[in-house]
Amino acid sequence: MPGSIRGCAMSRSDPRRRALLAALVLGALVLLALFGPAASPYSYRALDWRHLTAPPGFVAEHWLGTDALGRDLYVRTLSGLRLSLLIGLLATLVSVLIGVAWGAAAGWVGGRLDAGLMRVVDVLYALPYLFIVLILAALFGRGNIAVLLLAIGAVGWLTLARVVRAQTLSLKRQAFMEAARAGGLSGLQMLRRHVLPNLAGTVVVYATLMVPQMIVYESFLSFLGLGVEPPRASLGSLINAGARQMLSAPWLLLVPATVLVVLLLAFNILGDALRDVLDPRQR
Amino acid sequence: MLGYALRRIAGIVPVLLILLTVSFFVIRLAPGGPFASARALSARTRAELRARYGLDRPLPVQYAAYLRALAHGDLGRSYSLRDEPVAALIGAGLPVSAELGAAALVLGVLSGIALGIGAVLRRGGLIDRALAPLAAVTLALPSFVTGPLLALVFGLWLRWLPVAGWQPDTPRDLVLPAITLALPLAASIARLTRAGLLETLSASYIRTARARGLGRARVLWHHALRPALVPVVSYLGPAATYLVTGSLVVETVFELPGTGRYLVMGAIDRDYTLVMGMVLVYGTLTLLANLGADLLHAWLDPRVRHEPE
Repeated sequence: MPGSIRGCAMSRSDPRRRALLAALVLGALVLLALFGPAASPYSYRALDWRHLTAPPGFVAEHWLGTDALGRDLYVRTLSGLRLSLLIGLLATLVSVLIGVAWGAAAGWVGGRLDAGLMRVVDVLYALPYLFIVLILAALFGRGNIAVLLLAIGAVGWLTLARVVRAQTLSLKRQAFMEAARAGGLSGLQMLRRHVLPNLAGTVVVYATLMVPQMIVYESFLSFLGLGVEPPRASLGSLINAGARQMLSAPWLLLVPATVLVVLLLAFNILGDALRDVLDPRQR
Repeated sequence: MLGYALRRIAGIVPVLLILLTVSFFVIRLAPGGPFASARALSARTRAELRARYGLDRPLPVQYAAYLRALAHGDLGRSYSLRDEPVAALIGAGLPVSAELGAAALVLGVLSGIALGIGAVLRRGGLIDRALAPLAAVTLALPSFVTGPLLALVFGLWLRWLPVAGWQPDTPRDLVLPAITLALPLAASIARLTRAGLLETLSASYIRTARARGLGRARVLWHHALRPALVPVVSYLGPAATYLVTGSLVVETVFELPGTGRYLVMGAIDRDYTLVMGMVLVYGTLTLLANLGADLLHAWLDPRVRHEPE
């Protein structure tokens, strides 16, 4: 965890403990995102004209202070966290579905199809993702969460497609696949019973590492004003608003930034640790 | 080597053409259009404007006209920014973006390699132990978070550096943006350098060199460093893509007058020619930077260029 360098260096030796720790932090964040806002008397859009830009702890019920419109920062940060988690998970789901289908098809069928599918991935790989997401979001999705999801999810699948293809190719050459074929299984049955379950570990690792990336994309779009629309808040739009007032009210920047950083770190540590446990060859 | 380079350069052209074609039609598929919102224009004025920019013609005709103009080096004129030529707009902003990118690249590569070497020189020392967790934290932090935080600490609280903005010929303005952009780069490169060095140092030819009585530092510098940097060089491709997109972010955060702002602005205003110009410039930059990294890699590692296609 940040802050204690020695603690992190020592826990590096045991990925299971790191995974557990990160999972606990993530669990706590999810619970906070789900139930935290309900603990405060305010809603994310309620204006409190008596307490504008109140620092944390200044007013009893505004635990983390308020913004320039008197909206409660605690509630806004947690509902932003909820939105970031939701978009991160759903966009990852979109990416995983495309990536696994694409990579498994290329690796399993092989030949022309493989060459064609992978050529597409190579071409897309050479382009800057964020750039494409930006254009798509600005053109189609201002404030439209569904479009935002598709735009973010549709560009994250490339690495996964490559990894899944490579795994599928090596699985195809295993002896148990021959046994399965000799046992009379059709191609589709083999794919479902032997290939896909064997891909699960790798996919879980990459998906875990993809969630923080998706959250960053969403936050960045919201930061630019292309993501969620006010009064709704996302961690990115809160950071943007906070950065504009950081001299007079630094907490408006520091609170959402801290939450975002802890969230991203927890996902990254969990993903790295899962990779060490599930897929030791990668290291 | 030359054959490999020519093959790779030729490979860029179709990719760029695909990118331009897809962008051309996707932009026009999006709801709304230029002159649709903004000010209330009379139907006649709007029709005249559309005719003036050739927007009343069928899409394939527009596409052919765009490509023909492009072949003559004409990027068209912006619809939203006072009819300025797109090439002039981009030409004015590009030096700022390029300066930022170059500064971040140099800073990231040099400090990354230095940190990696430092970690290996004293195994178990401070740098070695701090590197992994610090790199993890740095890589988890997106630029739009580090940027404002750095500006808050060094600009507002300590007052060492300007918070944002840019004047010509004041390198001080570029320090914080360049550091923001360079941080993740330095973290990745430090990790790669450390891992590469550790692996090379366990090779038998290194043991031989040490057995011949060469000092540790000399072996590290003259024998181990070059092969250990191969993974760093192959990382330069993704790093280049990161720099191109990252500069967009950092320019927004620090309000630099680079080209980055035109992308979002143009897309929102449906300024087709401006967006196409940005796609062309940033697409070409990314592809060329990737190509440069690959060529450097091929030069260092002959196995790459002799790989059968």
